[in-house]
Amino acid sequence: MKSILLALVALILVSGNAVADKVRIGTEGAYPPFNLIDKAGKPAGFDVDIAKALCKKMGADCTFVTQDWDGIIPGLLARKYDAIVASMSITDERKKAVDFTERYYSNSLRFIAKKGSGIDPKNLKGKSIGAQRATIAANYVEEVKGAKAKLYDTQENAYLDLSSGRIDLLVTDMLPGYDWLQSKQGKGYEFIGENIDIDDKIGIAVRKGDNKLRKSLNKAIAEIIADGTYAKINAKYFPFSIY
Amino acid sequence: MSWNWSVIFDSLPKLLEGTLLTLELVLLSLLVGAVLSIPLALMRVSRNPLIRIIPLAYTFFFRGTPLLVQLFLFYYGLAQFDSVRESMFWPVLREAYWCALIVFTLNTTAYTTEILRGAIQAVPSGELEAGMAVGMSRALMLRRITLPIAYRIALPAYSNEIILMLKGSALASTITLLDLTGMARTIIARTYMPIEIFFAAGCIYLLLTFIFVQAYRLFERRMLRHQTVGGSAGAATEAG
Repeated sequence: MKSILLALVALILVSGNAVADKVRIGTEGAYPPFNLIDKAGKPAGFDVDIAKALCKKMGADCTFVTQDWDGIIPGLLARKYDAIVASMSITDERKKAVDFTERYYSNSLRFIAKKGSGIDPKNLKGKSIGAQRATIAANYVEEVKGAKAKLYDTQENAYLDLSSGRIDLLVTDMLPGYDWLQSKQGKGYEFIGENIDIDDKIGIAVRKGDNKLRKSLNKAIAEIIADGTYAKINAKYFPFSIY
Repeated sequence: MSWNWSVIFDSLPKLLEGTLLTLELVLLSLLVGAVLSIPLALMRVSRNPLIRIIPLAYTFFFRGTPLLVQLFLFYYGLAQFDSVRESMFWPVLREAYWCALIVFTLNTTAYTTEILRGAIQAVPSGELEAGMAVGMSRALMLRRITLPIAYRIALPAYSNEIILMLKGSALASTITLLDLTGMARTIIARTYMPIEIFFAAGCIYLLLTFIFVQAYRLFERRMLRHQTVGGSAGAATEAG
């Protein structure tokens, strides 16, 4: 049944060039806005848009397969699809099982402060900075020289103390932070400073030794970045670069 | 499992730093609580219901809600009101340290008030009648009879309150303070060794309790020496 459905989807998606390579993309469909199932029941989101753009560059016919997160690497190894485009962080642990392309976006930390606070992220001497305990953000805050680190049990409590003014700014994962800035509570606040690199790179996983696909994906990633396709997709979801 | 002693020794200075803050919070709140509870306990046993109701409402709230909830309401809750943030109290309420100290004090005062109230009510009426018979004023009776006897009755129950306060102070870590527990949790986040570090913190708490209990026993023995067999006759006359 599943394969018939897949074939149907493939038929629908296969448009003009029938001679092109066929690439099946596995994604999760449950991590908005990166990958989700839209109202029409089709995979959508940043990951999916990127995957489509890559396929176009590679001249490949792409079909999408959705797969629950905990089975997403086993599904790749079982050849249910050829590449995972599902916001997967490149980790040493995963590298034992699969090969990764270069990153197609990265997760960073950002400072959040009151709008117009005039805080210079390069000089945080004497400032008190909040973060959630036991996170990469907390480790980062503790390293900031001359600043006072305040650690919270939950991210929510850190936001509360930011809005009461007990802390001057806080450090958080950029994308959840962006979510908060969009909320009613976060209205008066903004990101300040540059992205703080924490070496959390998101790449496309392929089967070990599938160098042909990995190389052509890498080439396509470089191409969509060079010709502005990437920036266009990025701007559809976030008003700042997440590369 | 591999047990890592060196991480315990390495983090000992930090843990002791946290212990100092714990002791500071506990001792200060107990001290202020002991003073504040006297007038409140006396109000609690007043014959006038209007005077009685004030400390009753206060102890009802502070004994009836968890310390954690009190701490959150006081620290995060108050700070959400602009009027609080613009008031003259904000420089104090802004600091987690003062918030913890105030809440701990209010909490322990409530318990101590009730302990003392029970003790005052347990003062034998014969003692008071004796005082009246020799023509003591009410203030003198309070100073010479009611409070000295009530304090001795309250002593054993009060040691529980000290220990509960010591352990309750661990909640200071939830409002960013680096007390013994807060320090332990911060070290754990860095070393990923929760068992070793909590073990060390637990030992320090145990040690503190042990010292408290021993010192308190000496104190109790001295204050209650009239009750022990062969205790000094002087103390017995003083109390009786």
